[in-house]
Parts: sequence; C-alpha cells; structure tokens
Amino acid sequence: MANIGGLAVFIVMIFPVYWMVATAFKSGSAIASVRPTWFPTHATLANFKDAMTRPFFWSSVRNSVVVVVATVSVSTVVAFLAAVAIARFKFYGRKAIMVLIVLVQMIPLVALIIPMYVLLARLHLTDNLLGLILTYFAFVLPYTVWMLRGFVLGIPPELEEAAMVDGCSRLGAFFRILVPLVAPGFVATSIYAAIQAWNEYILAYVLLKQNHETITVWLASLTTLRGTAWGTLMAGSTLIALPIVAFFLAIQHRVADGLTAGAVKG
Amino acid sequence: MSTAGTQGQLLAPRRSPEVRRRASRARSARSRSVPYLLAAPAIIVIAAVLGYPLYRLVALSFQHYSLAEIISHKTTWLGIRNYQTIFTDSQFWTILQRTAEFTAFNVGATIVLGTAIAMLLRNVSGWVRLMVNIAMVFVWATPVVVAVTIWQWLIDQQSGVLNYVLTHVVRAGNFERHDWFASPLSGFAIISALVIWGALPFVVITLYAGVSQVPRELEEAARVDGATSCGVFRHVIYPIIKPLVLIVTSLSVIWDFGVFNQVYIMLNARPTSSYYLMSIYSYQESFGVGQYGRGAAIAMVIVVFLIVAAFFYIRQLLRIGEIK
Repeated sequence: MANIGGLAVFIVMIFPVYWMVATAFKSGSAIASVRPTWFPTHATLANFKDAMTRPFFWSSVRNSVVVVVATVSVSTVVAFLAAVAIARFKFYGRKAIMVLIVLVQMIPLVALIIPMYVLLARLHLTDNLLGLILTYFAFVLPYTVWMLRGFVLGIPPELEEAAMVDGCSRLGAFFRILVPLVAPGFVATSIYAAIQAWNEYILAYVLLKQNHETITVWLASLTTLRGTAWGTLMAGSTLIALPIVAFFLAIQHRVADGLTAGAVKG
Repeated sequence: MSTAGTQGQLLAPRRSPEVRRRASRARSARSRSVPYLLAAPAIIVIAAVLGYPLYRLVALSFQHYSLAEIISHKTTWLGIRNYQTIFTDSQFWTILQRTAEFTAFNVGATIVLGTAIAMLLRNVSGWVRLMVNIAMVFVWATPVVVAVTIWQWLIDQQSGVLNYVLTHVVRAGNFERHDWFASPLSGFAIISALVIWGALPFVVITLYAGVSQVPRELEEAARVDGATSCGVFRHVIYPIIKPLVLIVTSLSVIWDFGVFNQVYIMLNARPTSSYYLMSIYSYQESFGVGQYGRGAAIAMVIVVFLIVAAFFYIRQLLRIGEIK
C-alpha cells in the first residue's frame, strides 16, 4: 500500500524531467501531434543539433563556463580562510560574523538587483563578465563559508596540534594536515558554488547584453520567442541540466546538511 | 609490563593537555590577529558587494532616480515621497496581499506534502525509497530556468501533455486547447504547482532525515498504549522533528516570498499586472518604467518582510546550538 503511494510520488516528481529528455529525442511531428508519444520510438538527434546551432549557444556556454570557473576558484579560497577563522579560533566578534553570514543569505536577489545595476552602470561594468563574477562571488560566499566551516569542524584540532608538537609550524600544519583533510569539502563546496553560478538567471539577464549572455539567459530568450520550437527547447534544457544533475548527485546530502546546519544530529 | 603500561596510560593524558595549553598560549600571544586576517577577505567582499548595495537600496528608496539620474550622476532626495506614492497606490496593497497569499499557500502545501512524503518514505520498501530519492535529486538539480521551460511545455495549449491527460485519461472535461493563463487563478495554480514541485525535494530529504532519527521503539510503545497513527505523529514524531520543520518553514517563506523566475519566465518576460508579485512589481517599476527610486521602495518592503522570516530562522539556529 505504502509502496503504491511511493511510486505515485516518484512518477509525479520525475515525469516533467522525463518529459524533457523524451521530447528532446522526438521528431517534430511526434512533438506537434495532440496525442502524446509516451516513448520516443524513433529517436532523433536533430533537436540537439538544432539547439547547438542556434545563435549565441556556444558563446553563452563559454560565458557561463568562464563565470563558473572564476566564481568557484575565488570563492572557495576566500571562503576556506573565513571558515578556518570561525571554526578554529575563538575571537571577539565571531558570533556576530556567523549571524551576519547567515543573515546575508536571506537577502533576496530581486531586492539587490536595482542598486547593483545602478552601481555597475556607473562603473561601466554592466555588460561585462567581471561585474557578474563579482556579484556571484559575493552571493555564493556566505553559504560556501558555512559549508566549509562544517568540514573544518569535522576534523579534530588535535591532529594539527600533534603535528605542531612534532615540530611543524602553524602554517605547515595548516597546509600539510588541514588542507588535505578538508579536500572532500573543497570538492563539495566548489560544486555547490558552480551549480549556483551556472543556474542563476536574473542578475545575468539584467547585467549582460546579448553577446555576453549566459546559458540560462540564452534558454529563457529562446522560450520567450513566440512560436516555440519545443524539441529544440527541450534539447537545450537537457544540455543545460545535464552537467548540473551529474554534479548534484555527488553532493546532494551535503547541501541539505548545510542549509539545516546540522539540526539533525545522528 | 603491566606497570609500565599503566604508567604510560596515566602519564599520557596528564602530559598532553599541558603541551596543548602551552602551545595554545604561545599561539594566542603571537597571533591574536590571525582569525581577523583570515575572515577579512570574506567580510570585505560581503560588505562591499552585498552590504553597500543594500545601503544604496535604502538610499535609492528615498530618492527620485530614473535613467536620467544614472547618466547625469545627480540625485534628488524625495524624503518619504516614494513610500507615500506606493502606500497610497491601491495596486501595491493588491499585490502585497496576493504575494502573502501566494507565499502562505505554497509554504503550507510544501510543508504538508513534504512531511507526508517523508512519513510515507518510512514505510516503503528500500527500492521504492531509492527511486523516490533519485527523482527528488533530479528535480532538485534542475535549474529553475529549465524547470519553467519544461512546465511551459507540459501545459502548452496545442500539444501539451497536461491538457491531453485531463481530457482523455482522467476525463475531467474538455481541456483541448485550454489556456491555463487565461485566468490568473488557474495561472497561479500552475505557477504554485511548479514552485511546490521544485521545493519538495529539499523539504522531503531534510524532513526524512529527521523522521528517520525517531526510534522505532518509541513509536511502537505509543501504539501499544493505544495511540492512533495521527496521535503517534503529533505526540511522538513531530516533537522530535519540530526544529527541522521550523527551519524548513522559515527558509520556504523566504524563498517563496521572493519568487521571480517562475512567474517572469513562465509569462515570457511580459507578465500582465494581474500576475505581479512583489518581486515582479519592484522589477517592473525599476527596469520596465525606469522609476528606480520607487522600485527600491518596493524592494525595501520585501526586505523588511524577509528580515522577519530570517529572524525566526536565525533564532532557531541559535536555539539548537548551531551558532555558538
């Protein structure tokens, strides 16, 4: 009985995703017919070919990759330093910094987009990937600090102290003990930051012009054209979602843990 | 052999805290500034890229600011006139009420469904649980822009699968060529379904983690004492997962109150005013009409609402000892 309920949940949740992939492989006539084709029996790659040859597809992929790589590499390093500070040291203002970090995650993008646009317009940084990278950097930072803090807390400080007793310098213990042990945390955190930067829409939409658009803006602009080519759109969507789903499978439980901040203690 | 062993064991714990204390004393003397230096880059970036715009948002909301001011770099202070304008505009109150209702409905539905599914997952076979989990992760990972595009396709007037299923499979009536966005009520029903569908994975995975912490014996004991399923949930399970439910609820309020993409992209970047939520309203006043000052005042209302929700979230984090 419960299993039937579980399967119903499974079908309702997965169906839209399945429908995207299935449609992407269907021929134009199968897509346009009123009677849906539940399984694409005559699979075709034409939709993927069409999506990839649409104007700005490759340039937007390139822009997204540049933005993601820059955001991830800078934010992981800066976040790690801050995470070590709040996880390893007792200092005045530590609690205030932690509250600040949680609080700034709550500020909605929509509210900040107006002053950000005005500021970047004045600095002539609109329509410039650098401006976008800077804003993404700040937006992923609070959560990445929080996530890495969890990883640093998971490593007993005794390990570093033991290394220092054995004659290692503080910096040496940091690089030889802490950094290698937190490595899985770096992977999870960078993937999280990459997902955020890859998926973001409004800022990229407002701050960039067409020849600098990112992949989500490209997809949305394809959607807003009337007379929608659903096959092409679903193929494009599949291409955009694919890397993210793959990455996400790897780190999913870490993200949930980070957001609820260990409210479940096993 | 035994003496040496005992001695070693006795000596070790006595010596090691001493060494530790000495090491830490030396450390704190040399480098009290280290944590500040480590945290500084992050704090500076947050202050410059989030804090300063937030300050500018407050300032803008008291200014007359349009495209002309962006170019001329001039500012005209208006005092509270932007707020007077929006508060006396009946459209503002309609949209605020609509956003509140939208948030309340979606958060309520997400939490109720999420809890129900989490409870359901306790009683299903392992392979069903795995399948549901995989579905949840796929939905969670789907970028919002992609999700909106998929749903547009699902409800497409011409060959969308939803109209077909309603007409020919469920036989709920004739939905051929039905336009879901013809009336805002059915339009918002679709948008809510999309938002709830997208929000469920996080809620289910989190609450299931909580629910699976509840010892089976506790539940069985309650049943033996004659508790109904409803009673077991209310008196045994809910008290244990309550902190999680509070956190998930406040996060959902924060996310749903700020919903933008699901409406804006769904309506092809041209939402009519009957589909405005606070976020869309603020965006349109700024980037559509070019009244950045007034848009900022509307955004300020959003921020104030979210601060209230964030307060509950942070208080809960402090209470469970996560921030200490």
